[in-house]
Amino acid sequence: MFENLSLFALQQYWWFLVSLIGALFVFITFVQGGQTLLYTIAKNDAQRNVLVASLGRKWELSFTSLVMFGGALFAAFPLFYSVSFGGAYYVWMAILFCFIIQAVSYEYRKKPDNLFGTRTYEMFLFINGSVGIILIGIAVGTLFTGGNFVKDDMNLSSWTLKTYGLEGVLNPFNVALGFTLFFLARVQAELYFLNNIAEKEIVKNTRIQLVKDAVLFVGFFVLVTVMLLFMSGFAYAGENVFVVEYKFLANFLASPILLILFLTGTLLVLYAIFISLFKNSTKGIWFSGVGTVFVVLSIFCLLGFNNTTIYPSLSDISSSLTIQNSSGSHYTLTAMSYVSLGVPFVLAYIYFVWKSMDKEKVTSAEIEADSHHY
Amino acid sequence: MESTLLVDLSRAQFALTAMYHWLFVPLTLGLSFIVAIMESLYVKTGNEEWKKITKFWMTLFAINFAIGLATGIIMEFEFGTNWSNYSWIVGDIFGAPLAIEGIMAFFMESTFFAVMFFGWNKVSKKMHLLSTWLVAIGSNLSALWILVANGWMQNPVGMEFNVDTARFEMKNFWDVLFNPNAVSKFLHTIASGYVMGALFVIGISAWFLLKRREILFAKRSMIVAASFGLLTSLFLVFSGDESAYQVAQNQPTKLAAMEGLYDGHSRAGIVALGQLNPDKQIGDNQEEFLWSLEVPYALSFLGYRNINAFVPGMDDLVFGNEELGIESAQSKIEKGKVALDALKEYKNAKKEGNLIAATTNLQTFRDNECYLGYGYLDDPKSIIPPIGLTFYSFHIMVGLGGWFVALFFFVLYFSMIGKIEDKKLLLNAALFSIPLGYVAGEAGWIVAEVGRQPWAIQGMLPTGIATSSVDETAVMITLSLFAIIFTALLIAEIKIMLKQIKIGPQGESHV
Repeated sequence: MFENLSLFALQQYWWFLVSLIGALFVFITFVQGGQTLLYTIAKNDAQRNVLVASLGRKWELSFTSLVMFGGALFAAFPLFYSVSFGGAYYVWMAILFCFIIQAVSYEYRKKPDNLFGTRTYEMFLFINGSVGIILIGIAVGTLFTGGNFVKDDMNLSSWTLKTYGLEGVLNPFNVALGFTLFFLARVQAELYFLNNIAEKEIVKNTRIQLVKDAVLFVGFFVLVTVMLLFMSGFAYAGENVFVVEYKFLANFLASPILLILFLTGTLLVLYAIFISLFKNSTKGIWFSGVGTVFVVLSIFCLLGFNNTTIYPSLSDISSSLTIQNSSGSHYTLTAMSYVSLGVPFVLAYIYFVWKSMDKEKVTSAEIEADSHHY
Repeated sequence: MESTLLVDLSRAQFALTAMYHWLFVPLTLGLSFIVAIMESLYVKTGNEEWKKITKFWMTLFAINFAIGLATGIIMEFEFGTNWSNYSWIVGDIFGAPLAIEGIMAFFMESTFFAVMFFGWNKVSKKMHLLSTWLVAIGSNLSALWILVANGWMQNPVGMEFNVDTARFEMKNFWDVLFNPNAVSKFLHTIASGYVMGALFVIGISAWFLLKRREILFAKRSMIVAASFGLLTSLFLVFSGDESAYQVAQNQPTKLAAMEGLYDGHSRAGIVALGQLNPDKQIGDNQEEFLWSLEVPYALSFLGYRNINAFVPGMDDLVFGNEELGIESAQSKIEKGKVALDALKEYKNAKKEGNLIAATTNLQTFRDNECYLGYGYLDDPKSIIPPIGLTFYSFHIMVGLGGWFVALFFFVLYFSMIGKIEDKKLLLNAALFSIPLGYVAGEAGWIVAEVGRQPWAIQGMLPTGIATSSVDETAVMITLSLFAIIFTALLIAEIKIMLKQIKIGPQGESHV
């Protein structure tokens, strides 16, 4: 089946899959968003325990999605993996440190003799949810704005600045994207809490906080969207790479389906916020979840399709990466495509487990009764 | 080639991460199955004591699992951050198992982990048991794919070098998956994890018996773990033999270093115990050992299944042995340089549109392609891995493996006849064997990875070429940070674990 597809078709299929995994990861970052709200929504330790318990049953999915995103990039676009991770060294390392401290914090936070004390682990969770997510936004932003790398004839790459990716924080678009993801994660966390927790005080506090975060999210989102539509992008034709004004706006117009996806996703997220604030609905997370996946998917596809570079080089434009010059071979992409047929099965059992575990909302009483809790 | 310091720092960082990771993974592999067996006994018998036993070991499993994840994520991304040339040159083959690991194993582990720990009152008993088994299976599937990738590094198969993209590309997925080296490596490694899990359960149960606490819990735990440990340790010996056989076939320099064998010969014996002569150099006539105890014929037999087989030593592999058709390292290096030059000329000719020159150079490259990796080396002696570290690590691993078989046997025997509580010496030995399990596991990985040097991919890609082109200072900073954070988290993990053990299975409300 897949072996009959052209290399370009496989490259497109894999960029779509990577985009989908990226979109699902952004959705699941509600876990990170929630981690930044432990001292905002919760007013005491008991309430914090409820928030942590609610997030703690999902945190591994966010961790796994990030690993999956990295693994898929490695397998499908090894040159991108090599150039970006080996070049923007400090940024990726900083992100990794943020995730190391998350992995232990849920389990160790309340354990006796945990060496650092509960507050430290809660601070780790906050760092993961704030610095980690903003840095991921900055790293993703460089896919649009470019990185300072060069590659030689053998496709071996190096970074031309000693700041190894940290210079990305000076680009307003990258930073705005980072904050957009951060506030999106918080908004989604609030929608998730409304759906998952049955404690009146927490629900009340969540709705109050949702107003503030929604305003900030919408502000940053509009800013990023405007910047994206008006910025220049990098296009390629054969081996040649060149700058095109309003490239992403042009990509939207060239691919109406992406535009529809983007607009539908945006409306769904806004609708989710609206019904949660004004209709007392607890179903907002599902609308915002689907909406987030739609928006992020459309933006990633905007980057990979219509002869657009997926990682422009600011040091040597001809070194820029595209889905065509950075992918795995036809054989590997074919083999991997068969493996990808397992993805719906994975999504199905995640859905099944999620549904089984969330039949009843989280309460303080339930946590106290459970022998294992965070 | 990058500076030696950068390569060493990058190797140190990866080794640090891998060694910390391997402190936690074996216990995850082993304990997950032991817990699943215990829960199966609970579901089958309905006996609440088994549920209590299961939940206690599950708590320890979770503490260990969390930090295992933390170190695991780093390893995947370090291939990109510190080994970016590697990621490009072999990413077409190496990336696939990592991605499959994510799809097939990580999601299974992380999804059912939530049910395993928080689902006792939310799903049926059988669904809970299934989830526990799926976490165990997911952990082991994860090991399968990462070891397929590692097995390929030891014995690269199923691929071809693409001159246009300047990288190795996969040509046969099944060859990569069923690479004999990967199969034996997987079986040997998971078996070592099972043994570690069993040692852990037996050791802690022994502590309870020595303290005269939780007697029923400890005795039941011991019987399950000792049975599991005895079976898996015997399998560990069997798979270790197969692993060494694969090394003999594909990595003769590693085998020679493992055995301290300089001068190859037929009917070679295995050095069971010995001290290497520190003054001995490759090619000189000094004695290899200051003293040694050898099992005659064993190396020829285990390495080649023939007691008369010739086992090449390091001198043969460096200087060659015409009589036996062993090519010298110098000759391989020269051919490798021819391949590298031809590759460069081929690319230049293609750029200039000179098809005749491109075709000629391509042919020259193909004729010398199998020596490509050697073209990056200069010193023939550099094909030999660090001998002392490889030799002693190998012997420590094997010696401890033998001890574990004996320990499981005696613990099981005395448990079965109901006298285990009286055997204080054995109980103390079981307790102090917990760290020995970790020592054996780490030693095994030193043999595998240090013994592969100077190669990142055996015979194809030297470590010095595989590294990222970043500043030494940058790697120094991250290496220091990793060392600090991993050490701090390890101390936290040990403290938490010890506290939970002291609380014991009666502390139902442990958090």
